[in-house]
Amino acid sequence: MELTQYLDIFIEESKEHLQSINQQVLLLEKTPGELSIVNEIFRSAHTLKGMSATMGYEDLANLTHCMENVLDAIRNNKLDVSSSVLDVLFASLDHLEAMVVEISEGGSGKRDVAETVKELEALEKGEVPQSMQAEANNEAGSLQDYDQYEKQIIIQSKEQGFHAYELSISLREDCILKAARVYMVFEVIEQIGEIIKTLPAVDMLETEQFGTHFTLSILTKESAVDVKERILKVSEIDAVEVIDIKADQLNISSNSEREENDKLEQQEVSPQDKKSGVQQTSNAGSSGKTIRVNIERLDQLMNLFEELVIDRGRLEEISKSLKSMELNETVERMSRVSGDLQNIILTMRMVPVEQVFNRFPRMIRGLAKDLGKKVNLEIVGAETELDRTVIDEIGDPLVHLLRNSIDHGIENPVVRSSKGKNETGTIYLRAFHSGNHVFIEIQDDGAGINKQKVLSKAIENGILTKEMSENLTDKECFELLFASGFSTADVVSDISGRGVGLDVVKNKIESLGGSITVDSTEGSGTIFSIQLPLTLSIMSVMLVEISREKYAIPLSSIIETAIIRKEEILSAHNQKVIDFRGKVVPLVNMKDIFEVPGSTESGQHVPVVVVRKGDKMAALAVDSFIGQQEIVLKSLGQYLTSVFAISGATILGDGQVALILDCNALIK
Amino acid sequence: MMNEEKVIIFQLKDEEYAVPVQHVKSIERMQPITRIPRTVSFVKGVINLRGVVTPIIDLRSRFEIEEVSHTDTTRIIIVSVGTIEAGLIVDAANDVIDLDKESIEPPPEVVGGVDAEYIQGVAKIEKRLLILLDLVKVLNPEKLDVQPTKESIH
Repeated sequence: MELTQYLDIFIEESKEHLQSINQQVLLLEKTPGELSIVNEIFRSAHTLKGMSATMGYEDLANLTHCMENVLDAIRNNKLDVSSSVLDVLFASLDHLEAMVVEISEGGSGKRDVAETVKELEALEKGEVPQSMQAEANNEAGSLQDYDQYEKQIIIQSKEQGFHAYELSISLREDCILKAARVYMVFEVIEQIGEIIKTLPAVDMLETEQFGTHFTLSILTKESAVDVKERILKVSEIDAVEVIDIKADQLNISSNSEREENDKLEQQEVSPQDKKSGVQQTSNAGSSGKTIRVNIERLDQLMNLFEELVIDRGRLEEISKSLKSMELNETVERMSRVSGDLQNIILTMRMVPVEQVFNRFPRMIRGLAKDLGKKVNLEIVGAETELDRTVIDEIGDPLVHLLRNSIDHGIENPVVRSSKGKNETGTIYLRAFHSGNHVFIEIQDDGAGINKQKVLSKAIENGILTKEMSENLTDKECFELLFASGFSTADVVSDISGRGVGLDVVKNKIESLGGSITVDSTEGSGTIFSIQLPLTLSIMSVMLVEISREKYAIPLSSIIETAIIRKEEILSAHNQKVIDFRGKVVPLVNMKDIFEVPGSTESGQHVPVVVVRKGDKMAALAVDSFIGQQEIVLKSLGQYLTSVFAISGATILGDGQVALILDCNALIK
Repeated sequence: MMNEEKVIIFQLKDEEYAVPVQHVKSIERMQPITRIPRTVSFVKGVINLRGVVTPIIDLRSRFEIEEVSHTDTTRIIIVSVGTIEAGLIVDAANDVIDLDKESIEPPPEVVGGVDAEYIQGVAKIEKRLLILLDLVKVLNPEKLDVQPTKESIH
């Protein structure tokens, strides 16, 4: 069989399964008794095993097979979830990940996993009597019998966030129209979910061939209490009992492990079943249909759209000069439509930061263990979306910052308790939207930054002189951390402190059009705050004219535009300033800064654009405002890499190139 | 046949220069150039070359030959070397010929005022003396020392 065409799918899906196993194992660590999690892991591992065996990656299949055995032992209560078990599971996951990565890079996926396999086997053999199984079966006994197909639906909808309940409903003894009541109950449930099974069967219920009692199995997103309340609103209902159907109960109810494996295998070979199951649940509501699209195609689409935006600008200009009503209307309509199109294309490229954040809990766990520290990672806002290109690039800097927080920030448990802090340190990883930007914050409740240490290190490394160090503000002092060749760790450790570090992080983030700041309180923690643009390629700018040259200023850094009178320009320390809403703001004459050729005389009024960088502001004096426009950001190419105060270029409607101002470079 | 190389010949002041044709993407007429502030003087700015922002270098200025105003024959030769793409302003683009590699000789110390550093060799074809440019060196971005910040706001 020709397998290469399936390779991409195999790699993608393997990654997804590994990710989900990773997450579930972490969850399992927190709640070791939860068998539903073990089942979840088992399922992913099983699929992975099947896929890799089909593709001929034997080591991968072997290892997953051994993992499966261990998981099965856990599931059957033969093995307790101890930290040593988890360590071995994590080690196997590391191997699996490495193999998948190797395969995706064109390798054979071969890897020496003998040791881990041995460990897994040892774990599996450390088994205890199988007395518990009967008990589990008893527990499951209260449920109805579900056939394989129904189980599959329940399991799949649970994965999609549905609850499965079994409702025992009793009608009042004196109920006259039993079928009508049943109908009403059905209607209530159909509003909130879907009925998958009834006892007795539906046609018997409809013809009143039952006593006063019947049982329904439903899928819904509502809580058990809500469901109960809703049903009790139907009159003549005596009692409703809601039982949560647990996925593991479904599996355990089958008799032996062997049989169950067979069933799982069956599901694999009959995708037809599986598909219809998926369809059923997606009919029930929320989950949308998705397709995989190669990112290259999205890039192509984006490029084409960029061309369109440029042409749109050109068209707008032509229609303005022609002053034809009809043309104007058409162009306006086109602008609106392409505006919507732009939104869609941009959101299509957006992915939740979850993709990046997902791997951090694992990493933190490992690091904390290595360093003998106790660390808890709290992730907030993982659903925040960012452009795909940014997502791809942001991972490494974040890893770096997190490592930093653990290594330099969080203290040893002993130190922490002596300071009266909780032994377990906490690192918050937050992501949120604000305006046209996404912020990512990494906050720890560790030791904070020792200002003196930073200063003496900076002097030692020749970044700063003693005299300069004396009148630095806290903020300026912390900024030194981002200077190249700087590391404050006393001992160079494996994790961080090799002196390549925060400067690399800063460069990376700036290359993405973002910025990073740090703030810290000694003794109580540090917070790194990263600001990133939502998207990289299209932005809103204000076009201004300086002499006869046009420049674009990103709207995101503009506070406002104003026209000031000559008399309003004051002078302080040889620096021209203006009074802007009660604040003294330095005035920058762009004509001087950019050495624009042409006469310098100007009228009584000076148009200014007030821009900001963080909490600092500056007023840029220009010659005139042209207006606001959506532009496509283009790079200046490989040849011109470091141009002062220019972050890129764009092509205007008339085909000319306009440069984009980098306000961050103008404000120091 | 293997020993022949197609080159594009262009004129700068009184000398004729050659660059291998595989490095030349196109030859353009003069067009408006957007100036880039505070960069080295031989970088004249950027143009929109069919949607790609392309930097433009004045070769006269690059080789420290006195600059003249542009004429009808002035051309921009778009060249690409590795990942770098740029336009070179020349006085005129003259010819495309096949150059026998054996006729290329190492550069004499000084040729037409251009530093030998930028020259790969010279070739004599009939009565013409062609100077082969080393584009990698001509387009070395390290020569682009942007002037240090003169003013900034404190």
